Amino acid sequence: MDFGLSEEQEMIRTQVRQIADAFDLEYWRERDKTKEYPQDFLDAFAKAGWLGIAIPEAYGGAGLGTLEACLLLHEICASGAGTSGASPVHFSIFPPMPIIKYGSDEQKQNYLPKIASGEMNLGFSITEPDAGTDTTRISTFAARDGDDYVITGKKVWSSNLQHADRTLILVRTEPYEAVERKTLGMSLFLMDLKSEGITIREIEKLGRHCVDSNELFMDSVRVPATDLIGEEGRGFYHLLSGLNPERLLVAAEAVGIGHAGLDLGIRYAKERIVFNRPIGQNQGIQFPLADAYTKLEVAFLMVMKGAWLYDNDMPCGEEANIAKIRAAEAGFEACDASLQTHGGMGYAKEYHIERLWREVRLFKIAPISQEMALNYVGEHVLGLPKSY
Amino acid sequence: MKIAVLMKRVPDTASVFKIGADNKSVETDNLKYVMSPYDEHALEEAIQTKEAGKADEVFVITVGPDAAKETIRTALAMGADRAVFVKDDAASDTNCKGTAMILAAALKTEAPELIFAGKQAVDDDASQVPERVAELLDIPHASVVTSFELNDGTALVEREIEGGHYKMEMALPALFTTQKGINTPRYPTLPNIMKAKKKEIKELTFADIGLSAADVASGVTIEEMALPRQDRLNKILDGDNDERVAQLLSVLREEEKVL
Ligand SMILES: Cc1cc2nc3c(=O)[nH]c(=O)nc-3n(C[C@H](O)[C@H](O)[C@H](O)COP(=O)(O)OP(=O)(O)OC[C@H]3O[C@@H](n4cnc5c(N)ncnc54)[C@H](O)[C@@H]3O)c2cc1C
Repeated sequence: MDFGLSEEQEMIRTQVRQIADAFDLEYWRERDKTKEYPQDFLDAFAKAGWLGIAIPEAYGGAGLGTLEACLLLHEICASGAGTSGASPVHFSIFPPMPIIKYGSDEQKQNYLPKIASGEMNLGFSITEPDAGTDTTRISTFAARDGDDYVITGKKVWSSNLQHADRTLILVRTEPYEAVERKTLGMSLFLMDLKSEGITIREIEKLGRHCVDSNELFMDSVRVPATDLIGEEGRGFYHLLSGLNPERLLVAAEAVGIGHAGLDLGIRYAKERIVFNRPIGQNQGIQFPLADAYTKLEVAFLMVMKGAWLYDNDMPCGEEANIAKIRAAEAGFEACDASLQTHGGMGYAKEYHIERLWREVRLFKIAPISQEMALNYVGEHVLGLPKSY
Repeated sequence: MKIAVLMKRVPDTASVFKIGADNKSVETDNLKYVMSPYDEHALEEAIQTKEAGKADEVFVITVGPDAAKETIRTALAMGADRAVFVKDDAASDTNCKGTAMILAAALKTEAPELIFAGKQAVDDDASQVPERVAELLDIPHASVVTSFELNDGTALVEREIEGGHYKMEMALPALFTTQKGINTPRYPTLPNIMKAKKKEIKELTFADIGLSAADVASGVTIEEMALPRQDRLNKILDGDNDERVAQLLSVLREEEKVL
C-alpha cells in the first residue's frame, strides 16, 4: 500500500498553492462584495496550463487524472479562495468529461483545446425546477428538425452561465412516458449560449457571490445536431460516468475550504487573549478545532482513495459517495468550529471565516445532497431496499 | 552559449523554526523547503536570456542532500534544460567557502560563459558563495544586479548601490548575482512540470570533482543555538515620566540584561 504522492504530484500542490496565494483573502472579500467575476484569478491558472489538467495531451491538456485534479482544487480552496476560486476552475474540468469520453473527434478538436487554454468557458445545466434530484423527471425537450434540434424548457441553478460560452445541457429527446427505462431517452448537448431563444436570469444566493448561478429559459432554441455529445438517448449514462469524479472533486474542495477555515481559527485561537490566556488554551476551543482537523484528514484520505480507484479504472461509486458525504460535513464543521472560535469577530466580514462558512455549506446540498448520497450508500453498498 | 544558475534549497521563511534537542541545530523535520527566492530571479533571468535567442542552454547547479532534487525539479519545471547535482552524501558541515569550492570544481568541466546566482540565500544570508565561485573560476563578477543586457560577448548591467545605481559593462565569462526587481520569476506551468521529469539531472559525488569532505569542512563548531526569547512581561510602570524611564532602564539593565 503506497500512500505517498509522487514528486510530480507534490509539485502540483506547491505550484498551485503559489499561484492561488497571490490572490489573498482580501481579494476574495472584495469579490464577494462586488460580485466581480474572478477573471484574473482564472487567467492566472489558464496561463500556467492548469485548466487542461484532465484534458488529454492530444487536445492541448496535461492528460492527468482525477487525483491530480483533486489536488489542484483542494489547494485552491486551502488558499482561502473557497468555491469562489474553485468553481471557475471546476467548470473547465467537470463539464468536458463527457466530451472527452463520448465526443466525436471533430467535437474534441473544436472544443477541448479551447477549454484547456481558457479561451472557452463552460457551464452545465442538469437541474430543473420541477424535477429536482429526480433527474429522470426533467422535461426540457429537444425535438429533431432537419440538421438541428429545437430545445424548449427551463433549467435552474445553472452556474457560470454569465461568463460561459456554452453549457453542457441534459434534455429529454424522448418523453418520460415513452421510454422503456426512465433513464433512457435523455441526451447531452453542448449548447451555444449565444443562440436565439435563450434567457438567463441570475439567482441571488447565500454565498459564492462572484460566481453566478442562474435560471435558464429556452424557447425554441436551435442547436445543430453536431453539438449532440455521444449517442442520442444515452445522455444520462454519458453523464453518469463523470459523476463519481465530480463527487470527488467537490469533496476535495470541501476539505480544502475546511483547511482554510481551520487555519484561520487556529491562528485566532493562538492570538486572542481572554482571561489572561490564549483562548486556544481552553479545551472547549481546542477540541473542536482538533476534532475538525481529524475529520478533514480522514475525509481527504477517502477522496484520494476514490480518485486513485477511478484513475485506475476500478469502480469507485462507494468511495466517491462516502468521500462526498464526509468531506461536506467535515468542511462545514471545520468552518463552523473556526467561526465559533472567532466569537463575535467570526460574524464580521473582516475576519473572512464567515465567507468560507457560507460557501462551504453548499457542498451538503450540491452537486448531490447528503441525503441522496446516503441513499446511494444504503441501497448500493448496504443492499437495503430503495427508499424512493 | 551556456548559462549556469547557482541554486540553493532553503527552508521557507514562513516556516516555524525550532531548535533541536542538541541545542546546536535547527530541527528540520517539519520544515518546508523552497528555492531561495533570489535564485528564482537568477533562473528567470537565465531563461529570459535563452528565450531571447541569446543562449543555447540553461542549467542549474546545486550542492545538497538528496532531498534537494525536489527543488531541482522545480527549477527544471520553470524552464532550466538540465541540472547538475553535487550530492553531499556525507552531509558535511561545509560552509560558504566549501560550497564555493564544490560549485567551482563542478563548473570547471562545464565551462559556462555566463553564471547567474541569487544575491544571497535566505537561510544564512551570507552573500558569499557566488563571489567566491567567481574568484575560484578567476572570472569577473557583479553583485546585486537589477538590470541585465547581453550584447556581443559583453554584458551591460546595473547594480544597486546606496542611493543610486552603478552601470557597468563586463566581458564574458562572468558571474552576476540578481536582486529583486530585475524580473518577475514565472510560475512553472503544468506542461512544464510534466516535462521536468524527463530532463536530465547529472549527479556528481565529491570524489567525481576531486574533493573530499575534509577539503570542504567548515572548521566551525557551533556551541549553542537559541531562538530569541519572545514573551510579555506585562509589567506596568508607575510614577511620572522620569520615574518610569528610570524604572524601565533598571528593568532592561538589571533584570533582563538587554542593555
Ligand atoms: C450554488 C448552487 C450551484 C449549483 N450549480 C448547478 C449547476 O451548475 N448545474 C446544475 O445542473 N445544478 C446546479 N445546482 C443544483 C444542485 O445540483 C441541486 O440543488 C441539488 O442536486 C439538489 O436538488 P434540488 O435543489 O432540486 O433539491 P430537491 O430534489 O428538491 O431536494 C430537496 C431536499 O429533499 C431531499 N430529498 C429529496 N428526495 C429525497 C429522498 N428520496 N430521500 C431523502 N431525501 C430526499 C434532498 O436531499 C434535499 O435535501 C446548484 C445548486 C446550488 C445551490
